[in-house]
Amino acid sequence: MQLALINLNHPAHYFSFGPFAISGGNLAIIIAMCVIFIAALFIPFPHSNNFSQDDKKEDRK
Amino acid sequence: MSSQSWTGRARRATLEKFKPEDLLPEEQPAYVASWVYVFGVATIAALVMLIASGLVLTLNGPAWWHTSSVGHYVNSVHLWSVELFFVFMVVHLWGKFWMAAWRGRRLATWITGVVAFMASIMTAFTGYLIQTNFDSQWIASEAKDGFNSMGIGAYFNALNTGQAILLHVSLLPLALGGIVAWHIILVRRKGVVPPIDNDVTIEGSSK
Ligand code: HEM
Repeated sequence: MQLALINLNHPAHYFSFGPFAISGGNLAIIIAMCVIFIAALFIPFPHSNNFSQDDKKEDRK
Repeated sequence: MSSQSWTGRARRATLEKFKPEDLLPEEQPAYVASWVYVFGVATIAALVMLIASGLVLTLNGPAWWHTSSVGHYVNSVHLWSVELFFVFMVVHLWGKFWMAAWRGRRLATWITGVVAFMASIMTAFTGYLIQTNFDSQWIASEAKDGFNSMGIGAYFNALNTGQAILLHVSLLPLALGGIVAWHIILVRRKGVVPPIDNDVTIEGSSK
């Protein structure tokens, strides 16, 4: 057997807020998704010739 | 003569509905130059990796992926492809939600997305059931109680590994592939939805 980067061979750690509980792994993934979403909105997209300058023409039936 | 043949009528109707220049465009409007628009195709890329690694897993079976190094590797590629698939899909969903991308008669695009999401959840769930380890055994016995309490235990028994395998490797991926193809054809036919403050086309079409 290979060594894992992180030892996962134990019960998950849970964060509890009153009736609400979430595992560390799930919380980490949700935070990562929020970070990726915000980054996608703000990081500039590389320039290319595949985009028309006309914003308004597009909307087919 | 040719106008009478069903092949000719089918060809003309197909080309009328699915114009090659709509399906394979060379240019997109300026507002598409943003990373938010990349997550649909990132989801497709993860799905391709999923299907490719899944096909390799079917060739060799559980005894192989639980014990050999290459088996562990392919199993891990499959797992991490699912993780990325769902991350990309959720970011895609958020993007489309906040830009209200169902505007301008694009409701069917949104709905096929919703169905793709639900089919993906069922596919992931049946995947968990067929790992053939203690994890899948625990998930199956807990889920069985959940399904029974919902009254659907007679149709879907989470303890029936044979049924879960067939759903996971055949019916569900085929259904998901079909719905994704439909989703993408709809996007191409309608063109990308204009931004909300730039929406010159909304009058008369469903909001
Ligand atoms: C298997 C999962 C999915 C795949 C592979 C997929 C793929 C795509 C692709 C490639 C596009 C065009 C590029 C883009 O804008 O990103 C797109 C557009 C779109 N997707 Fe998805 N999608 C998926 C799931 C979803 C879900 C869950 C929703 C929402 C419930 C959704 C709603 C939409 C909408 C409304 C558009 C059209 C946007 C427009 O017309 O401008 N999709 N999808």
